[in-house]
Amino acid sequence: MRARVSVMLKEGVLDPQGEAVRHALAGLGFAGVEGVRQGKLIELDLAAGDRAAAEAEVRAMCEKLLANTVIERYSVEIL
Amino acid sequence: MRAGVVTFPGSNCDRDLAVAFEAAGARVERIWHKDSTLPRGLDVVGIPGGFSFGDYLRCGAIAARAPIMRDVVRFAEGGGAVLGICNGFQVLLEAGLLPGALMRNASLRFVCKPVRLRVESAESPFTAGWAPGAGITLPVAHHDGNYRADPELLARLEGEGRIALSYIDNPNGSVANIAGVLSENRRVLGMMPHPERAIEPAQGGSDGAALFRALAAALATA
Repeated sequence: MRARVSVMLKEGVLDPQGEAVRHALAGLGFAGVEGVRQGKLIELDLAAGDRAAAEAEVRAMCEKLLANTVIERYSVEIL
Repeated sequence: MRAGVVTFPGSNCDRDLAVAFEAAGARVERIWHKDSTLPRGLDVVGIPGGFSFGDYLRCGAIAARAPIMRDVVRFAEGGGAVLGICNGFQVLLEAGLLPGALMRNASLRFVCKPVRLRVESAESPFTAGWAPGAGITLPVAHHDGNYRADPELLARLEGEGRIALSYIDNPNGSVANIAGVLSENRRVLGMMPHPERAIEPAQGGSDGAALFRALAAALATA
């Protein structure tokens, strides 16, 4: 079973890398990009067979390591 | 004073930190990250600068989960003194020993230069050797030193006098110009500037020596 975790900076936390990408896009002539947020996508291959158990375990991984919940939020998708 | 210095794969200030402790009269034990227990009888543990685990995932994130860190957390919770410098500060935040987070510098540039700092609190075993309000110069060398705290945390840090050092000319975008923060019991200090790179004039400045001398005075073993 495969899980996909996305980790993004929380709303309200300034994302300097996203801002730099936004400026670069504007420089390339892409007008109207009002905001860019950059995050991480993490894919995990799991031995688990049970979707609910897999999701609970991946959420625990996010809390313990994959995300820094002081500044980041995460979402888990079981594929 | 007996000091322990932890080395992770990618640490690169561990030896400098050991030398700085020794120059202040400490006996130093070098500790490998895979060890599960600290040597007995340490007075202070230093978490050095560098790029532990290649800064993978987040700076300090993997190191904070290394086997030795469980005992470092126990040591701190038991009142032990812990000093985290640069990547070591990031590790202490990731380990939950200090509040807040460090993000990419607002400029997105790696900054490597001496910076002027103000001593915001001399009330800790680390900062007691400086006068409160004094201006000192220490080098910084980091890409992720932009300290973040939400308004409640910032108010608490300010109210409890737990901002140890602040930048006079902010190099990284840190909220409230914060360069170093203390734990609630004031026995854990995390700071981005490198005091161990400023312990003798040959290094371009010696303002960092007072930190190690103050620690030695506060933690002298009877």
